[in-house]
Parts: sequence; C-alpha cells; structure tokens
Amino acid sequence: MKISARNVGGVTILEPKGKITIGVGDVALRNAVHEALQAGSKNILINMAGVSTIDSSGVGELVSTYTSTKNRGGMLKLLNLPPKVSDILQITQLITVFEVYDDEAEAIASF
Amino acid sequence: MASSDQIQFHLSIDSRFENIELVQVVLNDTLERLGLADDSRHWVDLATREAVANAIKHGNRGEAGKRVEIRMSVDDEDLVLTISDQGDGFNPGEVGDPLAPENLLRPNGRGLFYMQSFMDRVEFDARQGGGTVVTLRKRVFGSAETRTASREAAQKSDSGGDG
Repeated sequence: MKISARNVGGVTILEPKGKITIGVGDVALRNAVHEALQAGSKNILINMAGVSTIDSSGVGELVSTYTSTKNRGGMLKLLNLPPKVSDILQITQLITVFEVYDDEAEAIASF
Repeated sequence: MASSDQIQFHLSIDSRFENIELVQVVLNDTLERLGLADDSRHWVDLATREAVANAIKHGNRGEAGKRVEIRMSVDDEDLVLTISDQGDGFNPGEVGDPLAPENLLRPNGRGLFYMQSFMDRVEFDARQGGGTVVTLRKRVFGSAETRTASREAAQKSDSGGDG
C-alpha cells in the first residue's frame, strides 16, 4: 500500500491506496499519521477513496490514530469512504465515531 | 465433468502475514470459478483473512515453522473453509463485545465479530494434537443462477479453458 500526503489549509490529507490490512497497510497508516503528528500537524483528513480492502487490524489502526490525534488536541476525519469500507465501519458502529465527508473542501472547512 | 463439489483446495502456509495475500489469490480464483459474485467473494475473503490472521497472530503467535492450514470445499449448498493453527487453543467466549460502549474505541477485538457478520456459521474446535480449527460456512449455492454459473465454470475448467 502507498500513502501520499499533502497539506491544505493547515490540514494534512493522507491518501492511502490499496489494502489497509494486517502486517503491511496497517503499519503504513500508523507511520504516516505518526509522521504527520510529529511534523506538528494536528488535523488529519484521510481520503479513503483508494482503499480496496480494510480488515479488523486496519480498522483498529484507524481507531488508534483517531484516539492519538484527539489526545494531542487535534482531529482525524475521513473522506470518500468506498461502500465496502463504509459497511465495515457501519457494522461495528464506528461510523458514529468518525466524521465522514464526501467533499474535500467541506471536510477541510469543518476543522 | 467436474462439479462444484470437486472445486476445492488445501494450502499450508508459514506463520507470516504476507502469506495471507497468497491465500487470498487462491481463494478468489476458486470462488470466481465457482461463480460467486464480486460482493460475495469480497466478504468471504475478508472473513477468511480474519481467521488466518488470528491463526498466525493469536494461535501460532507468529512463530516461524508453525503452520496454518487452509482448506476450502463445497458441502451441498455451503461453501466451507477450515483454518487450523498449531497454537495453545482459543476460547471465543473470552472475546469482548466490540459493540459495547466501553469497547468501541479499542484497537482490537473485532476480527471474530467480522467473521460472524460475513459468514452464516463460525465454529471453533480444538484440533487433535493441539491448536484450533475454525470452520466458516456460507450458503452460496442456493440460487439457480449461482448453480448454473458454478456448473458452467466447472465445465470450462474441466475442458482446459482459462482456469
């Protein structure tokens, strides 16, 4: 899995492409969020459009990064959830935890 | 002529997470030949991923040399997957409810719940000689459409088609 990062209006936008699954994708996501936080970013938006599969480890990583960002006084939000990823978050009721957007500009304005 | 109950596989992998991708390739190809739609393949794949990941992580504790066995077969109208490890055993009753408010933000404990959500039946048994066997069952051959697709795929495979 590859993750690109860019900054728009003080928000770090991470764009993972591929699978967020145990052993590879989950670690890459953790590292990318850690790097953003270390670089002083407080607000993180993850564009999920390119995520083909997410498993329980990937979901766990999303929850961990959500908590660690919040503990640092920031926010982590999600953008463009593919239907299958949305289903995964829905059945474990995490869709109620994350703020999810379909429009990047709207998501950035919400921080 | 091959029939859907003759389409099956047995894989034995070392306890490394990257091997889950190998299982996924074989499983997806087999499910495609059985005529399963994209959506069904995705959810069966995800449930199998969770079971194999559990076997590697919690069963075999990632120890090199300990194997995970994955078997897929067709039993009447059911797709049956068994995933066996060589660990110390597993009690599913000890896993907390991931929907309980106190567990909602826990980073782990959702794998079993996902398996149960995507499959019709999930059973855990002690393996003879040590370890755990997880059996995942899903009724996928109930519709006439799936049966026809499955039969055609099996015939194509049997006649040396692109399978």
